[in-house]
Amino acid sequence: MDYTFQWGVAFGYLPELLQGAWVTFHLTFIGFWSGLAIAVFLAVGQLYGGRLLRRSISVYVVFFTNTPSLVTAFFIYYGLPEVGILWSPYVCILVNLVLKASAFLTDAIRGGVASVRVSEMEAAETLGFSMLQKIRYVIVPHVAKTLYAPISNLYIVFILGSALAAIFGVEELTGTAFNIAAETFRTIEIYSIAAGIYVLMTVAASALLALVGRWAFRVRARIF
Amino acid sequence: MTVAENREVQLELREVSAAYPRGGPVLRDVSLQVRKGEILSVIGPSGSGKSSLLRVLIGLLPPSAGQIVLDGEPIDYASRRHRQRVRDRLAIVFQQFNLFQNMTALRNVTVTPVKIRGEARAKAQARAEALLRRVGLADKFNSYPDELSGGQQQRVAIARALALEPEILLLDEVTSALDPEMVNEVLDAIRALSHDGITMIIVSHEMAFVREVADRVVMMAEGAVVEAGPPQQIFDAPQTQRCREFVSKILRH
Amino acid sequence: MFENVLRQADVFFTWENALLWLRALGTTLSMAVIGCCLGFILACVLVYFRSSPHRALLPLRLLLILYVEIFRRIPFLVLIFLVLFLTRALGFRLPLYWVACITVTISATAFIAEIVRAGYESVHRTQWDAAEVMNFGRFRTVWLVVMPQAWTVIIPPAFSYFVMFVKETSLASQVGVYELMQTAKYFNNIGISPFLAFGTCLALYFMVSYPLTRFGWRIERRLRERFRREEGAEPLVPALRPLPGL
Repeated sequence: MDYTFQWGVAFGYLPELLQGAWVTFHLTFIGFWSGLAIAVFLAVGQLYGGRLLRRSISVYVVFFTNTPSLVTAFFIYYGLPEVGILWSPYVCILVNLVLKASAFLTDAIRGGVASVRVSEMEAAETLGFSMLQKIRYVIVPHVAKTLYAPISNLYIVFILGSALAAIFGVEELTGTAFNIAAETFRTIEIYSIAAGIYVLMTVAASALLALVGRWAFRVRARIF
Repeated sequence: MTVAENREVQLELREVSAAYPRGGPVLRDVSLQVRKGEILSVIGPSGSGKSSLLRVLIGLLPPSAGQIVLDGEPIDYASRRHRQRVRDRLAIVFQQFNLFQNMTALRNVTVTPVKIRGEARAKAQARAEALLRRVGLADKFNSYPDELSGGQQQRVAIARALALEPEILLLDEVTSALDPEMVNEVLDAIRALSHDGITMIIVSHEMAFVREVADRVVMMAEGAVVEAGPPQQIFDAPQTQRCREFVSKILRH
Repeated sequence: MFENVLRQADVFFTWENALLWLRALGTTLSMAVIGCCLGFILACVLVYFRSSPHRALLPLRLLLILYVEIFRRIPFLVLIFLVLFLTRALGFRLPLYWVACITVTISATAFIAEIVRAGYESVHRTQWDAAEVMNFGRFRTVWLVVMPQAWTVIIPPAFSYFVMFVKETSLASQVGVYELMQTAKYFNNIGISPFLAFGTCLALYFMVSYPLTRFGWRIERRLRERFRREEGAEPLVPALRPLPGL
C-alpha cells in the first residue's frame, strides 16, 4: 500500500466540507421544491389541458426523464453562453435541477392523480360535490398521501444527484471535496468524509420527511 | 369407521404446552394418543389451539413443555435433524395458500419427491398423476394454482401430501377457507382416503363430516383438551359441561 | 451560432466520427449491463444471507444491512472517485473502464438489494411454511419457490434502475472513461460547437433510454396482468408509469 492515511489532516477540513454541504442543501432545496411547484402546474396542464399543451408537456417530461443530468448540465453550461446567456455555474446547475425535478415530479403527480379510485369520485359525484370540492376533498388528500413517500424518495435521489455540480466548479459538498483533495492529496480520506456527510444528510432528510409525513399526512414511512 | 382400539399407539403427546413468541400460551398440558390407522378429529371454538396442535406436530411451533413420542421414540423438536425426520413421516395440508403458486399442479406434487427426496422423475410423476386422478383432477395436471378453484387447490394439496407417503396425515381446517360449494368436493376426497387405513388427524369445523368419518373426537378449548372419545359420546352424550355447551351451540345450525 | 453549426456539419457527420460515437455507446451500455448483472447476482446473495434466521450470522447480517444503507446514499460521482483512488492506493492499476464497472456494481448491489428484499416480502409466509414442512431447506425454498414468485415484483423496478444506471455512467467520463459523455467533450474540445457535440450525446442517450423505458413499462404491464390480485375499485386511469427513483 503506497498511500499513507492522514485522517487527522482530513478531519481538519471538516468546516469547509460542512460549508459545502450547506451549499448542497440550499441548492437542492430550492431546486427540488421549485421543481415540485412547477410540476403541479405541468401535471394539471397534462391532465386537463388541450391537446397541444398535453403534447408539449409530454415531450418536455419525456426529454428530461430520459437524458442524463450531466449532459443537460453541460448543454446549459456550454450552450447558453453561445446564445449570449451568461449565468453563474450555480444558476446553471440550479436551472438544470429544476428542469429535471419538474419533469420527474410531473410524472409522479400524474401517476398519483391517476390512482384516485373511481369509486371515491363517484361517491363524491353522488354527494353533489363540485369540481373544486372534488379536488379538495378527494383528489388532494389521496394524492398527498400516495405521493408523499415517492416524492420524499426523489428528493433524496436529487440530493445525491447534485454532486455533479462539482464538475462545473460549484462549491457544494463534492466540489469542496475536489478542491481540498487537489490541494492536500488526501483523496481517500476527504472523499470518504464527504461520502459520510452525504449519508448523514440523506438519513436526516429522510427522517425529517418521515416525521413531517407522519404528522401532517398520517403517512407511515420507512426511514431505513 | 375403522376399529382401532386394539391397534398400537403411533403418536403420543404427554402434557405438551406451547406458546407463540408474542402471545400467551396456545397449548396447555395437552395429552393425547393416536393409534395406527385411526382417524382422530379435533374440534373446538376458535383459538382453542387446534391448529397450533398440528403446527407443533409438524415442527412449525416449538413446544415449551411436555413430550411428543412417535412410534415409541421421543422427538426433540429443538433439533433440526429430528424435525426433518418427523417431516419425512408426517405431512400436513394447510388451510390456505398451500400450493406453490409458481408451479403447476403436477409439479407441486412431484417437486418434493424429486428435488428433496431424490426420487426418479418418471416414478414420481407416475405416482403424482395417479394421486391427482384419485382426487378427481385428471384434467388439471398442467394448471397453475391461480387457474384452479379453492376446492381444486386443496385437493391438489391433499395429493401433494399423499405423494410424500406419510405415516400420519394432518389436515388443518382444510375446508374453512373455501366457498360453500367447494367444501363437499374436498370432504369427498378425504372421505375416500379414510378407508385406506392411513392415520389422520383432522381439525375441522364440519361437524357432520367429523361425526361420520372420525374414529375418535377430541374437543379442545383455550389450549387444553376438554374431552375425548368416540363421536357418539362427544356429539350425543358429552360428559363435560364445556363440551356440552360447545356441541349444543354448533349443532343448532 | 447556427451558421457555426452548419459549417461544422460536414466535418462532424462523418463515418469515422459515427464509429467513435458507436464505440462510446457500446462502452456506456456495457458498463451498465455488466454492473447491473453483477449487482443483481450480488444483491440476491446479499438478501439471501441477510434474511437468514441463524443467530450465528447476526454480525454478517448487520454488515449487509449497513452496506445497503450506506451505498444507497453515496453519490455515484463520489463513489467512482473513491473506487479509483482506493484501488490505486492498494496497488491495482486497473483500467478506468473496470473502475467504472466496479462502481456501478457496488451501487447497483445496494439499490437492487432493496428491491430483492421487497420481492422476498411479497411472497406469502405460508409459501415458506409449505416448503419448510416438506424439508426443503432454505436454499431450495428460495431457489424453487420464493425467487420464481418474487421475480414479478423484482423485475420492473430493477429494470428501471438499469435504465437509470445507463444514464449514470455519464459520470464515468469524469475519471476519463471514453463513453458517450467523454466523446462529446472530446468533440467540444477540438472545436465542434457544444450544440452539435452535446446535442448528439443527448440524442444518443435518449435513443437508448426512451425505448428501454417503454420496454420496461410493457414488461411491467404484462407481469401485472398475469398476476392480477383482487384489489379495490379500478383506478381512474389504468396504471401509468412506475414512479422513478424508487
